[in-house]
Amino acid sequence: MTLVTETAIDAAADPRDRGGPAQPMLIVENIKKYFPIRAGLLNRKVAEVKAVDDISFYVMKGETLGIVGESGCGKSTLARLLMYLIERDEGNLVLDGDLVGEKSGVPIDALRRSLQMVFQDSYSSLNPRLPIEQSIAYGPKVQGIKPKKAKEQAQDLLGKVGLRPNLFSQRYPHELSGGQKQRVNIARALALDPRLLILDEAVSALDKSVEAQVLNLLSELKEQLNLTYIFISHDLHVVQYISDRVLVMYLGQVVEIGPVDKLYSNPKHPYTQALLACRLSMDPDERVDAAPLAGDPPNPVNPPSGCRFHTRCPHAEDICMAKAPALGDVLKATPDQHLAACHMAQAGSGHSKAPATLAELFNI
Amino acid sequence: MWLYALRRLLLTIPILLGVTIICFALVKLAPGDPIQNLVRPETPPEEVAKLRAYYGLDQPVVIQYFVWLWRVLCGDLGRSIANNALVSEEVVRAFLNTLNIALISVVIAFVASMALGIIAATRQGGAVDKLVTAIAVFGISVPTFWLAVVLVIFFAVNLNWLPATGMGADGSHGFNYFDWNDFKFAVMPIIALALPPLGIMTRTTRSALSEVLNQDFIQTLRAKGLSEGRIIVHAVRNIMPGATAMLGLQLGYLIGGSVLVETVFTWPGTGFLLNKAILTRDIPLLQGTILVLATVFVLINLVVDLAQSMIDPRIKRI
Amino acid sequence: MSVIPADSASLPAAQGAPATKVRGYWGSVWNRLRYDYVTLFCLGLIIVIILLAVFAPWLSPMDPEKSSMANRLRPIGYKKYLLGTDEQGRDMVSRLLWGGRVSLMMGILPVVFATLVGGMFGVVAGYYGGKVNMVIMRTMDIFFAFPSVLLAVAIAGSLGGGIGNQMLTLTVVLIPPICRVAETATSQVRALDFVDAARASGASTISILFSHVLINVLSPVLVYSSTLVSISIILASGLSFLGLGVSPPTADWGLMLSTLRQSIYVQPIVTALPGIAILITSIAFNLVSDGLRQAMDVKA
Ligand SMILES: Nc1ncnc2c1ncn2[C@@H]1O[C@H](COP(=O)(O)OP(=O)(O)O)[C@@H](O)[C@H]1O
Ligand SMILES: [Mg+2]
Repeated sequence: MTLVTETAIDAAADPRDRGGPAQPMLIVENIKKYFPIRAGLLNRKVAEVKAVDDISFYVMKGETLGIVGESGCGKSTLARLLMYLIERDEGNLVLDGDLVGEKSGVPIDALRRSLQMVFQDSYSSLNPRLPIEQSIAYGPKVQGIKPKKAKEQAQDLLGKVGLRPNLFSQRYPHELSGGQKQRVNIARALALDPRLLILDEAVSALDKSVEAQVLNLLSELKEQLNLTYIFISHDLHVVQYISDRVLVMYLGQVVEIGPVDKLYSNPKHPYTQALLACRLSMDPDERVDAAPLAGDPPNPVNPPSGCRFHTRCPHAEDICMAKAPALGDVLKATPDQHLAACHMAQAGSGHSKAPATLAELFNI
Repeated sequence: MWLYALRRLLLTIPILLGVTIICFALVKLAPGDPIQNLVRPETPPEEVAKLRAYYGLDQPVVIQYFVWLWRVLCGDLGRSIANNALVSEEVVRAFLNTLNIALISVVIAFVASMALGIIAATRQGGAVDKLVTAIAVFGISVPTFWLAVVLVIFFAVNLNWLPATGMGADGSHGFNYFDWNDFKFAVMPIIALALPPLGIMTRTTRSALSEVLNQDFIQTLRAKGLSEGRIIVHAVRNIMPGATAMLGLQLGYLIGGSVLVETVFTWPGTGFLLNKAILTRDIPLLQGTILVLATVFVLINLVVDLAQSMIDPRIKRI
Repeated sequence: MSVIPADSASLPAAQGAPATKVRGYWGSVWNRLRYDYVTLFCLGLIIVIILLAVFAPWLSPMDPEKSSMANRLRPIGYKKYLLGTDEQGRDMVSRLLWGGRVSLMMGILPVVFATLVGGMFGVVAGYYGGKVNMVIMRTMDIFFAFPSVLLAVAIAGSLGGGIGNQMLTLTVVLIPPICRVAETATSQVRALDFVDAARASGASTISILFSHVLINVLSPVLVYSSTLVSISIILASGLSFLGLGVSPPTADWGLMLSTLRQSIYVQPIVTALPGIAILITSIAFNLVSDGLRQAMDVKA
């Protein structure tokens, strides 16, 4: 991918850079979060929601990693885990070569400065009782920047996200439109000068035209500020537009990951295929009538055995119910590799549509 | 729903335990040596020492509490300092007197508040509505003991229609609620007790009812050509579960809060007993009465919650 | 009450941006309140009552505790006694003015203390959730097992009379309901994303509580507390009526009503006066808190 290499050169110029261009910005290793469900007389734990179930991936410096999946598949939970907003059950984060948290490695506070998030709900993510300038200046202030300087920075940032400071800085959230609020949220996230920005459904609530404006803003900011994005959305068009690589989630797991053009042109996992077939194509000729993805996703409390998608998969066979397909070692794979957790994509898996193994090809 | 009922029932146990802890602590709150608060002043010293051991007062507080709790569970609330009578007997006798007028008051208040609430909610914003709101505000704001005094001024002093105080010649032994010569003693206490719950329930009924009346399905019923009367019946049925729950709660408040009204009218109920206990600093009597009243209040709340979950299965509380 | 102006001044909204004139939250509340004449009238009434109480030493024509055996139980308008005299020949006007000091204090101070204490517990319970929440809220539940009058009588009855005990009693009685309201409001705010955003910026819990949670919890708690003032006044006068308040020579509306009760056949109207004072004050506070709630509840 040319883009990755280009920005990697930029990244080398960044004084904050420690690991060099080949070191991923963030590595996520086997991260897991189960939410307990309590019920009954004594409020005991009766089950668990497997919201994020053993997810690994990495983000290169300067790239945009898109994360897609139906609502409820654990995208926001994953984002919150990366932000250390909820405690994880298992797993590690490696930020630019350094292990985050615990005794050794990067302290959480440094993570906070490098990693920021734009929240899904633009309404509840701004304090209704604070003028937006104060919302933006709050983060720098708690990080020890003088109030006056933080205020100036906030005004500056408002300008950067396209809101005239003298017009907007004293406004309250309820006096802003949805797009303006989301711009403020972006400014607030940028106030700490982060290197990696997680955008959780940052444009999902916006009108199409406003959405396009905000997406353009994000692209500009990325160039200007040398940012890396994790872009979460359920909208495949948007993800295609903005991402370099795409990760597809289903019921708390990664089912497919790969460069955006490969993944969109040649989806390997039936779930991704279904998602792509579902979306309304902009071109009326390409539109499909029947939605191949029937029904709701299964309950994440008791996910189906084997491959979690087999209950909705048109190609499901016995092996799919019995054995969970492996995605392969994502962390060892190069950024341009295309991986899918499906028996059909793996030679010798036992699925009738699996590609033939070398032995099968030559031995017969 | 049964799970809810069971949970609610189990939840009552720690609350009742908490109530006993607070009641036990009352003796500790009172200034002075606890034993002096628990026995008559003229008790001889050796008797005091014996009682001190009996109450477990020579032992750590936790043990004292359990000793006391065990006695309470056996129905022994101690003896009144003032007249050495068994507190449990005094409380039970007084409680019936309070329960009777509280029940009558709350039923009157309920019926009147429903009527006023319906009238106001169907004429929202009009003069009648404002009048009803004014009545409700008055009921909520009025100090009951002052209202009681004013009632006495009017009906006993000026008009001389009703007796000012007491329960009549027969006392509570021969009191007959169906005989005017007895009942006239209860009229003013009932009115004085009824006004605050009347205010609160009127206000709640009015707002609940007007909320229902402004909902879409009422418009649909109207469009279907249902008469206004039928629509109101429909709406009232909708707010009934909440209203009956309120009725129960208000009964609890009246039973627990009748001390001022009963003091003015010297009506020999639990409230009057409390007043007597306060005046004579009769701590065992105070403690026993409060324990019984709080327990009753907790039980009423329990019954209300259970009844409501049966009437209205939509309510799924955890 | 002075709550509104004080708070709108403390929020920097008033410092204003040059290009746009934007009112803060409290500004919009005041905007709505401005046309609510009933509330404004009652607010005025409360201010008058407070002023009368504050300036009682200068306003009252006579010594409220000086009795005069010759002039006992005089009717309204008797000679210099504008509102008559009580059973010990003390001037009713003076006693009502001085009594207002005690009664108003008993209405307002316990609510202030209980708001501080109960609010703090509620915010802590709501913010931390889990076990902390359980311990605090289950303890409060026990106090809810008592009707408020009964709880007040229980505590004050054990502690004995006196103004300090009365204040303590009322504060304890008012803490649980305020705590519950604060807890609900806090746990709602806690779930909003801006709290997580603040956490993500590395802010300490204390900083988040003060900068983000409190300002959002403040208005529901203040509105609720304002409804308790009238309840506190009535409870306090009730306790005084039972002899669990100020000690006798001191004037207090509840105590005045209690001692005058013996004279009901001689001067019924004079007897009713302290109660009328309580009633008017309590209605005024009730209506103001109603108006306040309406003005604040509307989504800004
Ligand atoms: N705090 C929580 N407690 C229990 N379950 C939760 C919690 N947060 C999320 N979940 C559950 O985890 C799953 C994933 O939720 P989420 O991450 O919000 O999905 P997405 O953002 O992809 O829509 C859902 O089933 C949701 O109900
Ligand atoms: Mg989400």
